[in-house]
Amino acid sequence: MAKIAENLFTAGPQPQLIGGRDRETGRVVFPMPADADRFEAIALPNEGTIWSWSVQRFRPKSPPYAGPEAFEPFGIAYVQLGDQVIVETRLSGFAFDALKVGLPCRLVLEDLGGRQSFAFAPMEAS
Amino acid sequence: MSDVCIIGAGIHPFGRTDGMSGLQQGVFAARQAMGDAGVDWPEIEIAFGGSSAAGNADTMVSELGLTGVPFINVANGCATGGSALYGAYAAIKAGQADLALAVGFDKHPRGSFDPKPADWGLPDWVGEVGLMLTTQFFALKLRRYMEQHGISVQTLGRVAEKAFENGALAPHSWRKTPVDLDTILNSQMVNDPLTKFMFCSPAEGGVALVLASEKKARALGAVPVKLKTATMRTRPPGSFEVFSPSLDIERGPSPTVIASKAAFEAAGVGPGDIDVAQLQDTESGAEIMHMAENGFCADGDQEQWIAEGRTKIGGSLPVNTDGGCLACGEPIGASGLRQVYENVIQLRGTAGARQVAGARTAYSHVYGAPGVSAITILQR
Repeated sequence: MAKIAENLFTAGPQPQLIGGRDRETGRVVFPMPADADRFEAIALPNEGTIWSWSVQRFRPKSPPYAGPEAFEPFGIAYVQLGDQVIVETRLSGFAFDALKVGLPCRLVLEDLGGRQSFAFAPMEAS
Repeated sequence: MSDVCIIGAGIHPFGRTDGMSGLQQGVFAARQAMGDAGVDWPEIEIAFGGSSAAGNADTMVSELGLTGVPFINVANGCATGGSALYGAYAAIKAGQADLALAVGFDKHPRGSFDPKPADWGLPDWVGEVGLMLTTQFFALKLRRYMEQHGISVQTLGRVAEKAFENGALAPHSWRKTPVDLDTILNSQMVNDPLTKFMFCSPAEGGVALVLASEKKARALGAVPVKLKTATMRTRPPGSFEVFSPSLDIERGPSPTVIASKAAFEAAGVGPGDIDVAQLQDTESGAEIMHMAENGFCADGDQEQWIAEGRTKIGGSLPVNTDGGCLACGEPIGASGLRQVYENVIQLRGTAGARQVAGARTAYSHVYGAPGVSAITILQR
C-alpha cells in the first residue's frame, strides 16, 4: 500500500513518526522539515499520552480531505511523546466517551482512503 | 507625534446579502463612514483595506473615485481589518497624513473554511488526513484549557447564550434571535466540546473607519474618539496556534498575551480601566481564554465571572456587546474592524438598548491564523 507521504513514519511492528531535531537548539518538530542542513531526522517515541483531544464530527471538505467518502466521525488529539514533542494526530480504536487528557496511547499505521497513514490507538489494542 | 482620532464609522450589516459582492459591502461601509465623519472621498489622503476571500480592496477606487489616493491592500488572515487599522493609525501617527480610511470586507461561501495546506507552509498530507480544520484547533486548545483551569461546558454555553442576547440588540448583527442555554448545550456536536451554537459561521459584511489627526479632527468639528493605541503582534516561541502539526513541550505565551501587554503599556491604562471589551470569540471557549490572555482575569476565574454575569451588558466588564463573532458571523476581513466600530458606538453613547452606561475606555482584540493578534484601546 502506498504511504500518504514519504519520510513521515517508519514501518514495521513498532512504527515510529519521523521528526526533525534542530542541530543547534535541540528543538524537536514534526514532521521532519525540508531543511536537512538545519534539522536531523530522528525517530520519535512510539508511545505517548493524550495532551488534548476532540472528535471530528463532520466530514472535512475534499479536497484536501482524502479519507473515504462514507464518513465516520474520528477522534483527534495532540499526543505528548516523552519529553520531545507534542504531535497532532488522528485517533484509532478509542471510544469517544472514554477519551481524556493523560491517557496512554501508541502509534499504529492504518489504511486511509487506500493509502497507509498513522494514528494513535489505546495501549491494550494489539 | 499627533494623537489619532476615529471621526467616522460605517458598517454594512453582517450576515448574508445576496446580490451584493463583498467589495460592494466595503464600499457601502466606506461611504457611510465618510458621511458620518462629514468628509468626502477626495479628502482622504491614504487608505488601507483588505478582504480574505472577496477581492482586492484597492479596486474600490473605481466606485469611490479616481483621486489617485495611495491605497494599500492588507492580507493578514483574521487580523486583516486590525492590520488595516494599524496601517492607517501609523500613517497619521507618523505625520504622513491627516485623514485616512481603514476598510475591511468579506464574503465567504457557506460551511467551514477549507484552507490549503501549502498556503500555510504545510505538506499536503495534513489536509489529506483531515487535520486542516480551524474548528479542531479551537476545540483542542479549549479542551486542554478546560482541564487545566476547571472550565465547565455549562460556562461555554453561557457565553453563547449571552452572544445571542446581545446580538438581538445590535442592528448590524446577523443572529437576532436569543437561544436558550439548553438548546445551545444540546445542539449538534461539531468538534467536542463545542456544539453548533458555540461556533461562529463564515459570513459577509463590511466595516470602514475614518481616522484623523487631532488637529484635523478639531478643524472638522468632530466629536472624536481617541485611538490610544493599535498594536499588532505575531506569535512568540511555544505558543499554540492553528495548523500546528506539532507543539513544543516547553509552552510559551500566546501572541494575544504579548500584544495585550504592549497595548496597555502604549495606552497608559490597565485592564481595570476598561469599561467595555470586544474579544475574539470564534467559538465560546475562545472568548473565555481570551479574557485571561488579555489580562482581564486570572486563568480559571472565568467560571465564576460568567456565572455571576460579569461579562453581560450591565456587568462589571461587558464583553462582545454586539454579540461578537457568534452573533455577527465572521467575514474575515471585516471582523476586527466590527469590534472597533462597536466600541466607537459605545463610546459615543449611541448604542441604544445595548449601551454600556458611562463607557469611557474600550478595548478590542482580534486573533487569527497563523498566530496574529491585534488590539486597540479607544477613549473618549
